[in-house]
Amino acid sequence: MAIPFIDPDCADWQALGLMCGVEIHQQLLTQRKLFCRCPAGLYSHHHDAEVVRHMRPTLSELGEYDGTALMEFKTKKNITYLLDRRSVCTYEMDDTPPFEVNREAVEIALEISLALGSNIVGEFHVIRKQYLDGSIPTGFQRTAITGVGGRLPYRGKQIGIIQLSVEEDSCREVSDRGHDIVFRTDRLSMPLVEVVTEPDMHTPQEAADVVRLIGRVMRSTGRVRRGAGASRQDVNVSVRGGTRIEIKGVPSISLIPGLVAGEGVRQKMLLDMREEMLRLGLTPQTFADCRGVDVSYLFEREETPFTRATLRAGGRFMAVRLPGMRDLLSTKVGRTRTFADELGGRVRVIACLDVRPLVVTDDTCHDLGIRDERWRTLRKKLRCKATDAVALAHGPVVDAQCAVAEIVARVVECFEGVPRETRQVRSGGETDFERILPGPDRMYPDTDSPPLAVTDEWLAALAARRRTPVWELDEQLMAVGLPRDVAENLAISPRLPLWQKAVDGGADPKALGLLLGMRWTALVRRGLPLKRIPEGTLRDLFAAAAAGRVMYEALPMLLEDAAVAPERPALELLNLRGLSPMTQAEAARRISDVLEHLARPTSVDPAARKRYYMGKLMPHFFGRLAGVTVERLFDEIMAGAA
Amino acid sequence: MSNDEFKGYRGEALSVLKEYAAPVWSDVTIASARGEFKGIILPRSETDDEHHIVLKMASGYNVGVRACDVQAITSHARKEAHYKIPEKEFPYDPQKSKVVLLGTGGTIASRLDYRTGAVIPAFSPGELFGAVPELADICNIETKKLYAVFSENIGPDHWMGTAAEIFKAIEGGADGVIVGHGTDTMHYTSAALSFMCQNLPVPVVLVGSQRSSDRPSSDAALNLRHAATAACMGPISEVMVCMFGPTSDEYGLLHRGTRVRKMHSSYRSTFRTLGDRPLAKVWPGKVEPLTEDFVRRDRNRKCTLMNKFEEKVAILYYYPNMQPDIVEALIDNGYKGIVIAGTGLGHVNKPLYPALRKAHEKGIHMFMTVQTLWGYAQMFVYDTGRDIMSFGVVPAANILPEVAYVKLGWILGQTQDPEEVRRLMLQPVNHEITEREPIDGYLVMQGGLPEIDSFMKSVRR
Repeated sequence: MAIPFIDPDCADWQALGLMCGVEIHQQLLTQRKLFCRCPAGLYSHHHDAEVVRHMRPTLSELGEYDGTALMEFKTKKNITYLLDRRSVCTYEMDDTPPFEVNREAVEIALEISLALGSNIVGEFHVIRKQYLDGSIPTGFQRTAITGVGGRLPYRGKQIGIIQLSVEEDSCREVSDRGHDIVFRTDRLSMPLVEVVTEPDMHTPQEAADVVRLIGRVMRSTGRVRRGAGASRQDVNVSVRGGTRIEIKGVPSISLIPGLVAGEGVRQKMLLDMREEMLRLGLTPQTFADCRGVDVSYLFEREETPFTRATLRAGGRFMAVRLPGMRDLLSTKVGRTRTFADELGGRVRVIACLDVRPLVVTDDTCHDLGIRDERWRTLRKKLRCKATDAVALAHGPVVDAQCAVAEIVARVVECFEGVPRETRQVRSGGETDFERILPGPDRMYPDTDSPPLAVTDEWLAALAARRRTPVWELDEQLMAVGLPRDVAENLAISPRLPLWQKAVDGGADPKALGLLLGMRWTALVRRGLPLKRIPEGTLRDLFAAAAAGRVMYEALPMLLEDAAVAPERPALELLNLRGLSPMTQAEAARRISDVLEHLARPTSVDPAARKRYYMGKLMPHFFGRLAGVTVERLFDEIMAGAA
Repeated sequence: MSNDEFKGYRGEALSVLKEYAAPVWSDVTIASARGEFKGIILPRSETDDEHHIVLKMASGYNVGVRACDVQAITSHARKEAHYKIPEKEFPYDPQKSKVVLLGTGGTIASRLDYRTGAVIPAFSPGELFGAVPELADICNIETKKLYAVFSENIGPDHWMGTAAEIFKAIEGGADGVIVGHGTDTMHYTSAALSFMCQNLPVPVVLVGSQRSSDRPSSDAALNLRHAATAACMGPISEVMVCMFGPTSDEYGLLHRGTRVRKMHSSYRSTFRTLGDRPLAKVWPGKVEPLTEDFVRRDRNRKCTLMNKFEEKVAILYYYPNMQPDIVEALIDNGYKGIVIAGTGLGHVNKPLYPALRKAHEKGIHMFMTVQTLWGYAQMFVYDTGRDIMSFGVVPAANILPEVAYVKLGWILGQTQDPEEVRRLMLQPVNHEITEREPIDGYLVMQGGLPEIDSFMKSVRR
């Protein structure tokens, strides 16, 4: 009997006890990398040389091999690093020890730690965090804590910050086929900060909101990188009775709600599946004698493409009987994924098998083109009872053996409910197994780097530069009448000081806020190089608006002019557009002039007639006189004429 | 509480820890002026300052808390850690050869030391098997820890002692000997052992690592497997250095002990044979000689041990404007031999002449080598060379300066007779002087040239 699936869109998160914490990685805007003098942010598709390495697990400071480390050693990958001489030196190749840590990066991390209200460490200790997946050639990431603890207000509650660290970025993966994985090293060792929150979020949407909020806090320093890949998140999810599962490297905030919901449901389904297995009387002992059997001879004449390909490549077919699991392998754990896909994920990563189908089961064999009769023979060969399931893996003999062992191991882990692991994002917004969740055992001190004292003087200098927290700025900006999205944009904008100065000088906070928080971005998106405009010109234009010399509505047009001719002073820009000041008497004369040369309106309705006249008049006063003033003068003239 | 319970802490930090009775390994909460910090108090590196307390937090990270900020320390428990390589008995296979591994220290197998934050050696067969189980596929291993010193602290006593142990291991029936050694001075030791242990019936392989074995990317395990292969099944019965060929995890090279030199402070592929070809390429389980010119394994050959050494020998690395007082100091301090690393073909400046003449008159044995490392000391080419020879400085052909130093010390340990010293010095024991420089003996590729760029792209380095 199939276990009923819960639709992630309709799940009751409170009832499921959803808990979610996030780890936000944000690249820092520094000239150089964290532990060497290579330029940061220089990406390319070119390489000058390759280096090949392997990773072995080692012992941590506290004495044991780490679980992840062992698993990855099992996978035995050949790791190739592509080296571009412009972006890497011998440090990234792990052929030179680290140089002194980049203080600019530490300083930005401290600045963000202060903004999050963290307790700042007295001494900064570089430690090594093991990553045996090859994404870092040393086999570990150099990382160090700048702050511990902290709080962030979100919708009337406080989100706890666990810690903030500054660390070196990893390589970019180029390909991962079988036992060969290839990385590009240009991104390697670029400085980034990692902010880790408490699991204080209880719905998928909250997780996304908090990521966004923390991202804005970091961007408000003006010292972090923007653009694709500059910010990546890990999302930790659990439900009541489940396990903290880490979804790694979520590239975009918009994916977060779907991924969190999907993981919550997956955990619930795995918990339900455990209940069902226990109800059926299955225990870990049930699977103690499950062994893979080489059944390749059965497929020698089978005419399906994948079996032919496997045999042609000299591969083998290994099958294993899973007692009592006949109806359970097809348990849905996601919109499109079943428990058999969970097995497939393990096989792909640990046995390095990547030819689909990864795992063939009783439920999929028919559709894969295996004749029912053949499968029946296979089941008979394995002495299956009607309630037993069969899982079949195929590939190079050692890998296929590893695969069936891993399948059995994963089935036994069902009794844990949700096994500890990290998961990767797959296309379609679902996740798949990445690796066993590593513990603190994989951390040990970096003997190559001396500790760095964080002095009171250093912190005082940073505190002096500290800005109002973004959540307070949001409130202040909304209080002057800006809509939330504009306020949030302006609060972290580098143009905020400009806005503040102009407002202090008497400019209209809302009109200027809309310009700098909304129109500006739109103009930039249209391709206007607004960055070229000297700050002095901007200040003069805003002062002119504050003084009533030019209307706010004319400012976008003037910004366009200024972007095209950044050398022109503000006054010249105004004059070129004929935006010289105008007295009311001049305006009244101008209105009379225009009216004289206008054709009579066809409508007899007074309101329509006035709309017609105003429409004709306004272009003559664009940017020089407010609509209400023109209207008042028009009314006076008409009244006088009547 | 003894100071040992506060390992590495001094001054301000020590008194704060004592005040709150919080020794190392205490699981604590520290209230400080910068907020609260929780974790286990770790021992502090003795070279670090006395103003901070190091905590290992639950996340695995270490942080330092300023001692002057501490307002209170609450201890919850004590969690002492013992760093231990999982020790498993090295399995014995009667089908496999017996290799003796002599440990002198260095990073080939090592662990972290909390107090110094440094890497310290660990070496029993059980630990080795725990760390590199693949070794059991190659050979049976017996280990003996001779010293536990970093290679900069290795000297003549260690060379003599190691040579004697090699002799003993061979007498004891070893099919090969591995010497674990720090890499910095490995080429001095390999030269010394080449002279001290002659007529080897089986291989003697020196091995180390450029990345300590506490790192996942360490070259230690692969170097050990290569060395075990060369020692137990390789055909070459000489003293060799076995280290990475390229920086990639591809293959190792066996370098002749008298022609090898460490050429980069940190690269994995730091060892190079100079002025000749390496002896062989090596993979786990396979040795592929690159030359025919080597001494073959022969169990019946009798090893001769000549482990004597005269310590009063120096290398004089010449530089422009060197003053004679340097040479005078060597004379005054009773030095018996001087190896000069001269410029170009073997030159020093004129102001040194009187001092060199004086040294010669005092009976000091002097030999000229070249600081270019490649090429021969050929002192007939210029007047300078002829002048210097007239003061008794003997050109020592293409022997490497470090090897010449070791060889002169070894010779003077046996004889002081000038003619005999000169004869022995110029008569090669094992290729430290070669009659010919092969045309591919000097290959230092120049980066940036288009042809080298395309070569670099086509090979794994």
